[in-house]
Amino acid sequence: MSPDTPLIDCHGLDVRYGGTRALHGIDFHIDRGEIVTIVGPNGSGKSTFLRALIGAVPLSGGEIRHAPGLRIGYVPQRLQIDPTLPITVARFLCLPDAVPRARIASALDTAGVPDLSHRQMAALSGGQFQRVLLARALLSDPDLLILDEATQGLDQPGSAAFYRQIEGLRDDLGCAVLMVSHELHVVMSASDRVICLNGHVCCEGTPETVSAAPAYQALFGTGTQGALALYRHEHHGHSHDDIDRPAAE
Amino acid sequence: MTLDPFLMRAILAGLGVALAAAPLGCFVVWRRMAYFGDATAHAAMLGIALSLALSVPLLAGTLAVALTMALAVSRLSGRGIAVDTLLGVMSHSALAFGIVAIAFVPGVRLDLSAYLFGDILAVRWVDVALIWLGAASVSALVAWRWSALLTATLSPELAQASGIRPERERLILTVALALVVALAIKVVGVLLIAALLIIPAAAARPMARTPEGMAAIATALAAASVLAGIALSFAADTPTGPTIVCAAALVFVLSNSAAALLSRAPPR
Repeated sequence: MSPDTPLIDCHGLDVRYGGTRALHGIDFHIDRGEIVTIVGPNGSGKSTFLRALIGAVPLSGGEIRHAPGLRIGYVPQRLQIDPTLPITVARFLCLPDAVPRARIASALDTAGVPDLSHRQMAALSGGQFQRVLLARALLSDPDLLILDEATQGLDQPGSAAFYRQIEGLRDDLGCAVLMVSHELHVVMSASDRVICLNGHVCCEGTPETVSAAPAYQALFGTGTQGALALYRHEHHGHSHDDIDRPAAE
Repeated sequence: MTLDPFLMRAILAGLGVALAAAPLGCFVVWRRMAYFGDATAHAAMLGIALSLALSVPLLAGTLAVALTMALAVSRLSGRGIAVDTLLGVMSHSALAFGIVAIAFVPGVRLDLSAYLFGDILAVRWVDVALIWLGAASVSALVAWRWSALLTATLSPELAQASGIRPERERLILTVALALVVALAIKVVGVLLIAALLIIPAAAARPMARTPEGMAAIATALAAASVLAGIALSFAADTPTGPTIVCAAALVFVLSNSAAALLSRAPPR
């Protein structure tokens, strides 16, 4: 595929659940190597939108075009493995298709959790679990990583470290990243573009544009602006990055 | 010592059902479908009544009704009534309607308990052949879809992202479940089929580290329970189907208490 065709391009996206309109009139595109974050209040259709993009939700209108041969790595919101199901990390990464041992090791390494392959999935901490899910998404050598609130259940330093790792992955692997998050100030700093969603696209642009937009402030208030500014300042200063980065890097 | 032919048939029938039920039972446990298995089994009673009334083969009648029930529950779940309520309603209604319907079938004076609790000592060679044919089909189906079934069980969304359709895998499980229920009626009866699905899987859980390991151990435990149950019922002159379930329950208690004791031991 040519470098300037968008990885995903969609127009006039409509999704209905029963009688309710979950999403309407959404135009969206994401380019190679871009990090795009979707923010929005609860019930604004963020997860539905991601699921529509991977084809898990039927559309009631509009169209979605994937670049030919697009490989998507999907990191779900949360995954509860029933405790009655015994499964090792290595076996989990071999579903649905078997993967050579060396690739499992390298994906776990890239995701920042080497040496976990023989552990039981049920015995992992929240942060380890999310990184195993990330490793699983990396196995397909994706052009686009899609993360649906991948840091739910992690504390703030934990999610900040996770998102910095995502940013690092983009730099190393060149894959685009599309993510949904609640933790606005943490995620926004790592984003090239932010889309504020509430059934439709309220506003979009650079993190600064969006956080200053009246539509965004109407939804989230102005309170997060200070935290955002503070965080971006720290981020560009690189003063504390080394502390939060996982030791594996 | 030579085995009486009826004992031989009982053992073969029991092992056939164990072979098909145990791996499927693992999915029933992992997906928390225990009650679903129960409902499908209870619906088979209605199938028995219909087969008698229409004089069609028992297997065909029970399979048809069990399948209808399983599909109906699959379809109706998530539409305003909680799934366990829905299952409770449908499962027990089907059982009650089945028993009442049998009373209406003219000219039939039958031993209800043979259907409720099984009559493994009365299986004929043709039943044994049908059970093994069915068990082989179910095992082949589960083995063929294993990876997709497992992925869909772990996470429907991950499955979807890998190009697997979770609804289709669910349908495959539902069909396999109905088939096992129809096969197992002769062996353990309508009321105890779910036990044969769930207990070996639950007993295997503490010993397993992988899903495949759990399915293999569950199959071995189910086979052992069948053999022990038949031997015990022969020795003590107890009803065979329930004795098999008792043996399985004993294995479950042993396995889980051993695991509890081991986990309390000092770390290695």
